[in-house]
Amino acid sequence: MADSKSTADTVEPDENLLFTVGDPLQDAKAPEGPIEKRWEERRFKGKIVNPANKRKRSVIVVGTGLAGGSASATLGEAGYQVTAFCYQDSPRRAHSVAAQGGINAAKNYRNDGDSVQRLFYDTVKGGDYRSRESNVHRLAEVSVQIIDQCVAQGVPFARDYGGLLDTRSFGGVQVSRTFYARGQTGQQLLIGAYQALERQIAAGTVKMNTRHEMLEVIVSGGRARGVVVRDMITGEIETHLADAVVLASGGYGNVYFLSTNAMGCNVTATWRAHRKGALFANPCYTQIHPTCIPVSGDHQSKLTLMSESLRNDGRVWVPKAKGDDRSPETIPEDERDYYLERIYPSFGNLVPRDIASRAAKNVCDEGRGVGPGGRGVYLDFSDAIQRLGRDAVEAKYGNLFEMYDRITGEDPYTKPMRIYPAVHYTMGGLWVDYDLQSSIPGLFVIGEANFSDHGANRLGASALMQGLADGYFVLPNTIGSYLAEAPYEGTDPKDVDEAVTAVKERISTFLSINGDRSPDSFHRELGHIMWEYCGMERTDEGLRKAISEIRSLRDEFWKRLKVTGASEELNQTLEKAGRVADFFELAELMCIDALHREESCGGHFRAEHQTEDGEALRDDENFAYVGAWEFTGTGTQPVLHKEALDYEYVHMTQRSYK
Amino acid sequence: MKLTIRVWRQKNEADKGRLAEYPIDGIEPDMSFLEMMDLLNEELIGKGEDPVAFDHDCREGICGMCSMAIDGVPHGPEKATTTCQLYMRHFKDGDTITVEPWRAAAFPVVKDLVVDRSAFDRIIQSGGYVSAPTGSAPEAGSTPIPHEDASKAFDAATCIGCGACVAACPNASAMLFTAAKVTHLGLMPQGQPERYQRVTAMVEQMDAEGFGGCTNTGVCHTVCPKGIPLETIGRMNGDILKALRP
Repeated sequence: MADSKSTADTVEPDENLLFTVGDPLQDAKAPEGPIEKRWEERRFKGKIVNPANKRKRSVIVVGTGLAGGSASATLGEAGYQVTAFCYQDSPRRAHSVAAQGGINAAKNYRNDGDSVQRLFYDTVKGGDYRSRESNVHRLAEVSVQIIDQCVAQGVPFARDYGGLLDTRSFGGVQVSRTFYARGQTGQQLLIGAYQALERQIAAGTVKMNTRHEMLEVIVSGGRARGVVVRDMITGEIETHLADAVVLASGGYGNVYFLSTNAMGCNVTATWRAHRKGALFANPCYTQIHPTCIPVSGDHQSKLTLMSESLRNDGRVWVPKAKGDDRSPETIPEDERDYYLERIYPSFGNLVPRDIASRAAKNVCDEGRGVGPGGRGVYLDFSDAIQRLGRDAVEAKYGNLFEMYDRITGEDPYTKPMRIYPAVHYTMGGLWVDYDLQSSIPGLFVIGEANFSDHGANRLGASALMQGLADGYFVLPNTIGSYLAEAPYEGTDPKDVDEAVTAVKERISTFLSINGDRSPDSFHRELGHIMWEYCGMERTDEGLRKAISEIRSLRDEFWKRLKVTGASEELNQTLEKAGRVADFFELAELMCIDALHREESCGGHFRAEHQTEDGEALRDDENFAYVGAWEFTGTGTQPVLHKEALDYEYVHMTQRSYK
Repeated sequence: MKLTIRVWRQKNEADKGRLAEYPIDGIEPDMSFLEMMDLLNEELIGKGEDPVAFDHDCREGICGMCSMAIDGVPHGPEKATTTCQLYMRHFKDGDTITVEPWRAAAFPVVKDLVVDRSAFDRIIQSGGYVSAPTGSAPEAGSTPIPHEDASKAFDAATCIGCGACVAACPNASAMLFTAAKVTHLGLMPQGQPERYQRVTAMVEQMDAEGFGGCTNTGVCHTVCPKGIPLETIGRMNGDILKALRP
């Protein structure tokens, strides 16, 4: 596949090639020297903008979740003129708010052998050796400062009876390094960042624009110079210019329609940047979270996650016999298969997410799944309730149990929960260098929107860590090197006009097709294709089929789309149409990336590449690289640029959690 | 289930608005209330009519975006439940359900069920934070916080800023929202240095936004999807007294 010539003979869905291979890619900012000195070295070598000049430099931030909110606040505190945008009615609502479990930090408060080095090692290994060592080490170093920062803001982390910070353990690791705030850690951290942001808004350093959606990046003279946004209330198309642009617009899991993402999460900001020249890295790396509430019917609009922390005390099982539909409490112990404990005795129920998800799929494929449609497994707390008492279990997981009860109408204190994997997080994203700058100079990408730290699989409680690391500590330091050279040559008005015209034409196209299908109906169908062929298990045949189906559905979209109303008003159907249009293009690239990566790693499992006992089989010889894609036009082949990954500090082995 | 949905339609802030009635069929008990609204909107789009605009995002009860008064009650009939977490199993075949936006002078209607809650952001801007610039923080473990204080602060901090408290209050008061933040930060050692100037500034802003006064009806707590305790209001009143007469 990597050889474009051989591809030509085998491609089914189109007589064109699916992609071509371009020049290899290098991270020009990648620091050298001992790994524990690299971040310090980069900060020392980076340029600093003097305080008087900071007031003259402007930065646009798109998205105000943990990454964008913390970055906006910190850049504002530093004295830059910041303009921030979010599509919600308040920055406090970004989907970081929904993260339940916790945030990792190498504090070693438990004296259980944790260290920066161990967090670094766990993250590289958990990512299945597809992330950059330098970036991950920096993340582990900064993790310690994040907790300090959040506590100083008044984030009410869980505390023990001595008043000290409590931690818990999480999937994929053997130490207790996860700080948490009941089951609402994301909410509390986001409120911390939001309050810091609001403080800067009051101080006048940040200009906040809520209910604004970014629809285009303005690139001029080869640099990102601004954005085109739509005021979602008036429909007005506005342009905003600045010295640098930061995208913090989150992940693209909603390409699957059903996911644990918020309804508004979308790929538009990053995809528009990709179309303007930003490389998109590893789009096929998708995380399927093992503990979500199963789908209940066709009407379903989203899936709800139950924090993975539940696996600390809950035991996962299915009946040993196929089609055993007895009520769970009546199934005797010796007729239950605690399959994670059986297959992975040393990690048991705490294996990483990708492994837990696929194991659930496997037992359901065997016909041993439970609940409607047989797509579910039990997560049982009866042992924990017996061991710790109901009160202790309630103190730890009470709000999650309530949430489960509210949605399913079943009481998890007396009846085991039913869970099934769901799309949760996307490790892929815009390619960035060590400074978090994309391949377009002046365009920085932070948080889930970039590809940088999680490799092919993210460990639990690491998304909050990365979002805040990027926003509070990494970007505010690295962006200085770029801004120190500013101002750059003026923006060509032609480039601004071109971006604005493109946005307006697209909107008028959506409104004029006047077909008979809503954007949602297309989105749902696209999601089915992606879940079926580019979900937990992928095959060559399935992915080719998916590409062909995506293309024909996309053609239909542009012929049969129906958007009611006008652009000059609040028009949620119009907003949705734009997002779905971009998901169509992304979906195809995800399948191409998954097809080209002829190995299994982390969240990317190719059925053709597995060990005898069904574990992911990596091919380090041929695929130890970041796959960064260049856009060449809709319907024309993307170009693959490979950034080789070298491992100096962590020895590459086959991951084993047995 | 077959239902009749009476829903508030208002083109924009200037429009007068009216209740429109839509019959809807095929509602299943496992659908969420918003999934029922999705279905209604799909039908409207199919007929070429303008779908009902409503705010929603996470659909798991935590972002605070959804905001509907259902049969006159913000977030509907279930206790401690946001609209997005309300399931149709709580309604009966043949029911007529009235859906309206939050009603408060400080929350103007933007369109249909969408309101402008930016007043809440401005209350936070006035002082609902701890001034802790990035990088200045001391070691996290250096300040123990009694478990009970941390726990009570947390109870107040769970506010999702949805505005149901304001919508339910006969005076459209924002006391519970403001008190939740004053309590959260006021119970933490990190919040002490700014405690009294915070409460003064936030209460002033609350008044400036046009929210009403508190007459202790307690309905704010009753409808609050996170069950923010009423004691927070008492605590805030205590702090404001101390701030005004030190």
